Amino acid sequence: MANQIRLEVVTPTGAIVNEDVDIVNAPGYGGDFGVLANHAPFLSTIKIGTLTYEKDKKRENLMISGGFCEVSNNQITFLVESAERGAQIDVERAMKAKERAERRLAQGKQSDENLNVVRAEAALQRAIARIKTAKM
Amino acid sequence: MPSLKEVKLKITGVKKTSQITKAMNMVAAAKLRGAQEKMEAFRPYTSKFNETMSNLSGGTTNDFPLMDVREVKKVELIVVTSDRGLCGSYNSNTIKLAERTMRAYEAKGIEVSLVCVGKKGNSILKKTGKVRKKYLDIMASFQMFNAREIAADVADQFLKGEIDQAEVIYGEFVSIVSQVATSKPFLPIKPVEVAEEEKKQISGDYINEPSTEEIMDVLQPLYLNVMVYHALLECGAGEQAARMTAMAVVYNKARQAAVTSELMDIVGGAEALNS
Repeated sequence: MANQIRLEVVTPTGAIVNEDVDIVNAPGYGGDFGVLANHAPFLSTIKIGTLTYEKDKKRENLMISGGFCEVSNNQITFLVESAERGAQIDVERAMKAKERAERRLAQGKQSDENLNVVRAEAALQRAIARIKTAKM
Repeated sequence: MPSLKEVKLKITGVKKTSQITKAMNMVAAAKLRGAQEKMEAFRPYTSKFNETMSNLSGGTTNDFPLMDVREVKKVELIVVTSDRGLCGSYNSNTIKLAERTMRAYEAKGIEVSLVCVGKKGNSILKKTGKVRKKYLDIMASFQMFNAREIAADVADQFLKGEIDQAEVIYGEFVSIVSQVATSKPFLPIKPVEVAEEEKKQISGDYINEPSTEEIMDVLQPLYLNVMVYHALLECGAGEQAARMTAMAVVYNKARQAAVTSELMDIVGGAEALNS
C-alpha cells in the first residue's frame, strides 16, 4: 500500500509488531509525535508511555519503555526495552506496582537513598503508563 | 570374588546412575533450547542497536563521560557464572580466567574489584576478599531489568571515578560442545570505527531529536545493558550445553569404574583358581 508505513517494535525478547500501518503516535523526548507514510529520516529517544498506531481504522495501543526510534525509507523502528499490548496488561498488578512505588518514594525521600528514589520513580512511571495504556 | 548377588547390585547401581544422568541430560537439553530461543529473540535487537550506535558515534566527536579513557588505577571485573554446578569445567574455566586477569592487573600495580553474577563464581572468588557486589540466584530466570541493575551500578562506579575500567568475563557459548571463557571490555565504551563513505551516508539528512549528543547520553547506558544481558544469555546457554556433555561423561566414568573393578575381581578370582 502506498500510503502506509512499516512499523517495527523490537525488544530484547523479540519483535512485538512488524506490519504496515497508517499512522504511528509515540511519546518522544520532546513530546508526543505522529508519523505518517514517507516521513523524512528522523531519530528520537523515547520516554515511558503509550505508542498507538492505526491500521484500517483500527487502533492499537502499546505500552513502551526506554529506548529510541528511527524513521528511514518509509519504515519506523522502535528499539525499546519493553513493549506490552494494551489488552495484555494486568491492570491490577500495575495498580499494586504503582502503590508500592509511591510508598517507596515517600520512604526514600526521608532517607535520601538516591538510587532507590530514581528506581522507584521509573517504576512509578511505568505503572502509570501501563494503567493508562490498558484503559485507552 | 564377588557373589552373584553383589554383581547384580552393581549392575542396578550403574543403571540407576544412567537414569539420573540421562534425566539431567534431557532437562539440560530442554533448558538449552529455551536459552537458545532467548538468544535468537535478542539478536534483532542487538544488531539494530549496534547499527544505530555506530551510525551516531560516526557523526559525533564529542567526549562522553562513559567513553572517558583515563589512566587505569582500578579495574572492575564482572564475572558471570551459573548458580548451579554439575556442568563440567564450565564455571571453573570462567573463574580461572577471572583469576588470571586479576593477577595480571595486580602485577602491574592496578587494583581489582569484582562483581560476581552467579553463585559458583562468588563461592570461589569471595575468598579473595575483592568482591564488591554479588548477584545470586538470578540465572534461572533473568530478565532485562537484572542486566540493567548490574550495568547501572558498574557505570555509576565508573562515573564516580571509583573505577577506571571494567570488563565482563563469561563463558561464551560457541556450540553445544564448545564453550570458551572470554573477557570483553565493558567500560569505557569504545568508539565504533566507521568507514568513511558510510559516515557521509549517515550524517546525511537525519533529523535528530534531541541533539545527537543527548541521544547518545540515553543510548550509552542502554548499550551497557545490552552487553550485560548478552553475557547473561551466553552464560545461560553455555551452562546447559556444558551440563549435557558433562552428564554423558559422568555416566561413562561411573560405568567404566564399575567395569574395571569388576574385571579386576574376575581376573583375581581366575588367578586364585589357577594357582
